[in-house]
Amino acid sequence: MLTPLNLKELSKQPELFAPGHRMCTGCGAPIVVRMVMMAAQYPLVVANATGCLEVSTSIAEYTSWKTPWIHNAFENAAATIAGVETMYRSLKKQGKINDEIRFIAFGGDGGTSDIGFQSLSGAMERGHDMTYICYDNGAYMNTGIQRSSATPFGADTATCPVGSESQGKQQQRKDLTRIMAAHGIPYVAQASPNHWQDLMRKVRKALDIKGPKFINIISPCNRGWRTKTNDAIQLSRLAVETCYWPLFEIENGVTSITVTPREKKPLIEFLKPQGRFKHMFATENAWMLETAQQHVDACWDRLQREQTLFVQPGTSE
Amino acid sequence: MKTWHELPPGAVITEPGSSRNFKTGSWRSYKPVWNEENCIHCMLCWVYCPDMAVKAEDGKRCEFDYDFCKGCGVCALECPGKKGVKAITMQEEGA
Amino acid sequence: MTKMIAATGNEAIANAMRLANPDVCSAYPITPATEIMHIFSGYAANGEVSTEMLLAESEHSAMSACIGAAAAGGRVATATSSQGLALMWELLFIASGMRLPIVMGVCNRALSAPINIGCDHSDSMGARDCGWIQLYSENSQEAFDNMLQAFRIAEHMDVRLPIMVCLDGFITSHSIESMRWVDESAARAFVGGYQQSIPLLDIAKPASYGPLILSDMYMEYRKAHEQIMAKVPQIVQEVGAEYGKLSGRSYGLFESYRLEDAEVAIVVMSSAAGTTKDVIDRYREKGIRAGLLKPRLYRPFPYEEICRALQHLKAVAVLDRSDSFGASFGPLYLDIVSSLCNQPQKPVIINKIFGLGGRDYMPDQAEHTLDELIRIAQGAPVNSVKEYIGVRG
Repeated sequence: MLTPLNLKELSKQPELFAPGHRMCTGCGAPIVVRMVMMAAQYPLVVANATGCLEVSTSIAEYTSWKTPWIHNAFENAAATIAGVETMYRSLKKQGKINDEIRFIAFGGDGGTSDIGFQSLSGAMERGHDMTYICYDNGAYMNTGIQRSSATPFGADTATCPVGSESQGKQQQRKDLTRIMAAHGIPYVAQASPNHWQDLMRKVRKALDIKGPKFINIISPCNRGWRTKTNDAIQLSRLAVETCYWPLFEIENGVTSITVTPREKKPLIEFLKPQGRFKHMFATENAWMLETAQQHVDACWDRLQREQTLFVQPGTSE
Repeated sequence: MKTWHELPPGAVITEPGSSRNFKTGSWRSYKPVWNEENCIHCMLCWVYCPDMAVKAEDGKRCEFDYDFCKGCGVCALECPGKKGVKAITMQEEGA
Repeated sequence: MTKMIAATGNEAIANAMRLANPDVCSAYPITPATEIMHIFSGYAANGEVSTEMLLAESEHSAMSACIGAAAAGGRVATATSSQGLALMWELLFIASGMRLPIVMGVCNRALSAPINIGCDHSDSMGARDCGWIQLYSENSQEAFDNMLQAFRIAEHMDVRLPIMVCLDGFITSHSIESMRWVDESAARAFVGGYQQSIPLLDIAKPASYGPLILSDMYMEYRKAHEQIMAKVPQIVQEVGAEYGKLSGRSYGLFESYRLEDAEVAIVVMSSAAGTTKDVIDRYREKGIRAGLLKPRLYRPFPYEEICRALQHLKAVAVLDRSDSFGASFGPLYLDIVSSLCNQPQKPVIINKIFGLGGRDYMPDQAEHTLDELIRIAQGAPVNSVKEYIGVRG
């Protein structure tokens, strides 16, 4: 019997992720992982790319994982779990294994969108029955906050620092979620830990679908974002409410926004608490705030219009 | 410390969840204090805790697990409390 | 004994893989190993194996998937060459560090740049320190025999290390030679079923593979690896003897050809050994006591056994089909010298680099080498310890 997605019932279930891990105080990643593991309605095998999550949850004889877990290298979580899944299919075909198991890969934005991109694309293209979950904290955090393709426009990072000649990252974020959708895989979604029920629903949906799935989950990092240790959930909420991180899913090519903010807040409400955007509030950098807002607006606008393509006239959304 | 003879082959860890043996509670500078009177048992602190440091029983929250709580304060910030008064406050550790 | 047939090295490797029936094969094409995949994919498509094929989008992903599949708990095999092996480099250490018995055929080919598809040992030599077991094959027969034995060696419960079976690119991989298979059911029984060790798919016993190990324990893990490797030569010999009963062809750590009473000898691996043996026969007819040592198990290197086999010689030439490109001696030379350097009585040892990038190794190169060894054995000084042979200018 599947545990209903309410916190009272979920809290009665044994957890698959143990405390004693070495993630920073207030890190968003373990919150995300916990929620994913909590939602899973099947036994899991997990692969994990090198990064904060991997290195902090398995050191020497200490592991926080209560499911089978493998860390291989930085750029190959997808290929690794594809190998596990293929062995599973082989042994199942030969009658050597009967269990229903689901396969999940966790990777940070670095290990997913940059160095891990090829491996992810290949695995998605081949159609393995696996779910790739990217915990997106917007930079290579584990090695000291270097920019990744997922770093937002304007952010100050260790490799694109604010200086007299340049003002942080000059490129917009690579839209990984859409790139994954373009692979034609059955399910792609964006989620946020503050909207835990939406996140868990998406995980369950993904695990019930056969084929490759991808979920991109925002994962605040108070070190890299230069915020306080207590605001991971607050910031993930603001990310959704400013439409910086829209919550949507694309199922078999059909887009639907799963959470529409009651009131779309201006992007500066998301940017202001974060030290990595501090320089954008200087008068001479007003253009950066405008550029960032325009980009968010354009993406949100497109998403909303895309959704209407799939709504039948006369039916309600 | 283990000699090379005593190591598991391939460094594979065979005790799931063994990180429980590493008490991260010593990291704290601030500690959350639970005021049961103001608690509506919404369980948001339980689900939002990065360290599984809010114990729960029968669908309701119990004491903090101070063995692992790192004092991040997410629970205190997110707590809706009762009639505007939070059920969790952060206090300086050792104070 | 089965009947004599004609097959290429690639056909031999693929057929051995078919008999071993891996659960997963993840590979990516690269000349000259590609054909192994073609043939094996054909077996899979026709249901002649239970293998699930994973057609990775690069060799890096192929080896990554092999690691995932092996850790999941089943038999895994693959094949590659040159750039493909080079692309897998970081993963080779991971596979051996995690003690995963992956079996890989390597068709030795030169490394870029310049890009070249000819036979050359630079690829597998570049990977000689990655903790894998390495076997070298002289011809298609040995490639087949080595590949079958490889599963037994790698998967042995005292070993559990990945293994690469090397054969010369094009010279062996693509040339048709006469050879024999072994009886099908006997071969399958010889390879046997796969024994799991802490499989990821055992969800009742969750294990974590690949933790961070800090400076306080890393070196102990490497020492443990070293000690496992120390067991391999014995197991290679046991499996080789058992295989001899099955096939009529026994295998050891290396081949000694007319070596016991030799005064001078050439040490060379793979197909060039075949050519060299012919030249040695002709020199023997002239009354010259020449011999050959052909290493088979290259990693772990059997220093003591090779030392005993070469100690008595007056002069030895080690022929390397790869080099450190002017920065050092050839890798096989360094290992041979290491095996003898502490002996009070040892031969003069010189190094020849030959056959790079598919340059043909011809009998006259062996003759040139032997003639020099004879002069050295008679007391002539060594002109140059290291020489490139078969090269213009």
